[in-house]
Amino acid sequence: MARRSTEILTQTPQGLYCPLGDFHIDPVRPVDRALITHGHSDHARSGHRSVLATRETVLIMAIRYGEDFAGSTQAAPLREDIRIGEVTVRFTPAGHVLGSAQIAIEAGGTRIVVSGDYKRASDPTCLPYEVVPCDVFITEATFGLPVFRHPDTRDEVKKLLDSVALFPERAHIVGAYALGKAQRVMALLREEGYDRPIYLHGAMERLTEFYKSEGVPLGDTPKVGATERGSLGGAIIVCPPSSLQDLWSRRFPDPVSCFASGWMRVRARARQKGVELPLVISDHSDWDDLCGTILETGAGEVWVTHGQEDALVHWCETRGLQARPLHMLGYGDEGEAEEPFTPWVAMEQSAP
Amino acid sequence: MNRFAALLDRLAYEPRRNAKLRLLVDYFSHTPDPDRGYALAALTGSLMFKEAKAGLIRGLVEERTDPFLFRMSYNYVGDLAETVALIWPGPDGDIRSTDGGPAPVGHNHPPLHVPTLTEVVETLATASKSDLPARIAAWLDALDETGRWALLKLITRELRVGVSARLAKTAVAQLGSFEPDEVELIWHGLAAPYEELFAWAEARGPKPESNNPAPFRPPMLSHPLEDEDFTKLNAGDFVGEWKWDGIRLQAVAGLASDGRAVRRIYSRTGEDVSRAFPDLVEALTFEGAIDGELLIVRDGRVQSFNVLQQRLNRKAVTPKLIADFPVHLRVYDILTENGQDLRDLSFAQRRKRLEALVTRLDDPRIELSAIVPFSSWEDLAAARTDPDSVGAGLDADAIEGCMIKRADSPYLPGRPKGYWYKWKRDPYLVDAVMMYGQRGHGKRSSFYSDYTFGVWRDGPDGEELVPVGKAYHGFTDEELGRLDRYVRNHTVNRFGPVREVEYGKDKGLVLEVAFEGLQRSTRHKSGVAMRFPRISRIRWDKPAGEADRIETLEKILKRGEKEIHPLKDSQSKGPPP
Repeated sequence: MARRSTEILTQTPQGLYCPLGDFHIDPVRPVDRALITHGHSDHARSGHRSVLATRETVLIMAIRYGEDFAGSTQAAPLREDIRIGEVTVRFTPAGHVLGSAQIAIEAGGTRIVVSGDYKRASDPTCLPYEVVPCDVFITEATFGLPVFRHPDTRDEVKKLLDSVALFPERAHIVGAYALGKAQRVMALLREEGYDRPIYLHGAMERLTEFYKSEGVPLGDTPKVGATERGSLGGAIIVCPPSSLQDLWSRRFPDPVSCFASGWMRVRARARQKGVELPLVISDHSDWDDLCGTILETGAGEVWVTHGQEDALVHWCETRGLQARPLHMLGYGDEGEAEEPFTPWVAMEQSAP
Repeated sequence: MNRFAALLDRLAYEPRRNAKLRLLVDYFSHTPDPDRGYALAALTGSLMFKEAKAGLIRGLVEERTDPFLFRMSYNYVGDLAETVALIWPGPDGDIRSTDGGPAPVGHNHPPLHVPTLTEVVETLATASKSDLPARIAAWLDALDETGRWALLKLITRELRVGVSARLAKTAVAQLGSFEPDEVELIWHGLAAPYEELFAWAEARGPKPESNNPAPFRPPMLSHPLEDEDFTKLNAGDFVGEWKWDGIRLQAVAGLASDGRAVRRIYSRTGEDVSRAFPDLVEALTFEGAIDGELLIVRDGRVQSFNVLQQRLNRKAVTPKLIADFPVHLRVYDILTENGQDLRDLSFAQRRKRLEALVTRLDDPRIELSAIVPFSSWEDLAAARTDPDSVGAGLDADAIEGCMIKRADSPYLPGRPKGYWYKWKRDPYLVDAVMMYGQRGHGKRSSFYSDYTFGVWRDGPDGEELVPVGKAYHGFTDEELGRLDRYVRNHTVNRFGPVREVEYGKDKGLVLEVAFEGLQRSTRHKSGVAMRFPRISRIRWDKPAGEADRIETLEKILKRGEKEIHPLKDSQSKGPPP
């Protein structure tokens, strides 16, 4: 007998919960059994009793939280059915960051896919997204507005290299999220033939080493020494976005502040952050890919977890698909998280 | 179009002048004619075509998108051109094929033709109004996001990438390793796409001849008078004038080859502003070039800068505007007359020629700027403090200090040393409390270097601070370091690049702010806007509760406003502080 989708997956304060298998997916609070889609800190938290995730995600969590981040861990093989209670689950690449996976849950002939964060654009640092046909597709909507169309990453990297050529005396500091984006930017630079050292902020070091040990070729990536900052004119330096305008960036010669993010598509956002060279490089799906993926899965029902839920739900409805927003809290705190957007002009006028 | 779009994109984000210059030079040296010439025309505001209206663009996008999604997107992005650029559907409708490869462009479609900048400009100049929507739509189909954004900014005439006409010309000058003023001198004889100009800059052609009967000549500028100058300079070598708080203009009149009179008014940077001042153009019944200050004079009395501003930047110059804000040129120099270049003559000789010309014109719209008599620096200091005492009379409020010019100085373009000095009156000062710090740009991007400050006023719950301005200079690098630390250590709130700091009656940092004047403003909560505010001192010692109140500013404001209705208020006399 076919199971109703809401019997297979429900919402609890901890996050999505499968009562038939007694596990949570990407719970925001500690639980007994957690299935994790990928290593970003808003999806992968520490303190669960047991964790099931891809081998890479388990290793990333250990790097970020320490070896004892969970009571026990189990590496999920890709594309293989795993029986948990009354359901079968299967991990399939999501193309978001190294180790990222969608989790399909099947019971009584109904299949739900929790896609986590995903993208369709090519990424030399992780396995590409694979379409998993399903009845219910659960998607994020971080860039769920039709103004978000990510350009070809090669052109964005070329913008950076052109700027380095035009301003060879200035340090080009690229803000990029420490897991995934930073390594993707480096890999893209290498693909474009950039063979000089790419300097790293200390916070990037361990994850970058991990990517290299997983066989992602990133070339020479020295850590920026405390005293050498002043001599890095003409160099490309990668740092966490928060360091871009921090005291840390001060000693570089006449820095050009660059930021690799899907948010850079909107000018006001880039200006608000004081970014001088926005690089529209995103690890999330843009609008076209969100819509296209929904159609490719063949799902008749779409649940939207976080981001611009209303626009994507509206689009699904115009296509005759059942859709509902889950209004899930606690996601989007890392990666290309939605940040409080307070244009300075608006604030100035309403300031107390 | 793509190269031009990439240039605009970079310029829009680049805060540094020198970096903008380098981007421009790079563009001009790598872009062929005539595209680069049209780009130069776009950046200098010299393109001739009727701009596309926002309504047209909105209409085009509404035909192609879901209204709900468009509205949500517009609300999110906040700028129409940018929203349209981003949301414009690709060749496959609203969904790109997702086979993992690069976006397939144009399969099952005829290849799209990406327009050149030249095509866009030439089409806009010639296309009929009914053709325009289809043309624009076809371009938008063919361009990418940045290209569409640049196209929309160009055709709506809203480039706003922080490049002045002067900067664009300076870039051409750099290309040819000559002085920007050399470009200015021939500029008004040239027209887009400026092929001769680029040929000259690249040493492929001769210097273009200026056959302009009324060309702009770069003005001579002054240096601020420093304390140590008084001991070095001899008062007897100099002639004094008032420094008017108006707009520096150059009025030029000449005869075209067909005998027709050509009259033009240029801004200090060489922009032709004749259209804004038809009433003044009419008065240029001579042949030559004169240099002076644009002022509003009502009932024989020079009005403050606040009044002058109401005449500026109007789209339509109506008879009412002309009658309410009658412009005058207060002249202080003459550059040419009847085909003779007078710039090598001494200031004293030129002054005689100027006096004779003004007498001959006998037009109240063109008057001589008075000489301020002085025989010692003390005399001059007294005149500067109280212009009324040496005969400035009712005009005293429109005077912002004194100028001194060497009697033997030639008229030299730019800011030559040792000839002309300005000695501005002391600025207004107010003690205000720092309320917000904002991160700066470029070298200052890691510093909280822009400060919003407020003064006290009575609020519903007792005294409160109301923001009155924002300043980002006036302090040394060392002080910037201390201010930055102060902001970081006293943050109570963060809004993107802005931090709110602690402030109150017994906590907060007092900044002594210097400024040149005040205006009423509906955009600011306090109702006032400051001219050129800067931090003159940091009062680490002063308790925030002792900072100034809004009434201090109201008083300054009222003094400025009396001039608008001089007849209603006869007690409006008084020297600036």
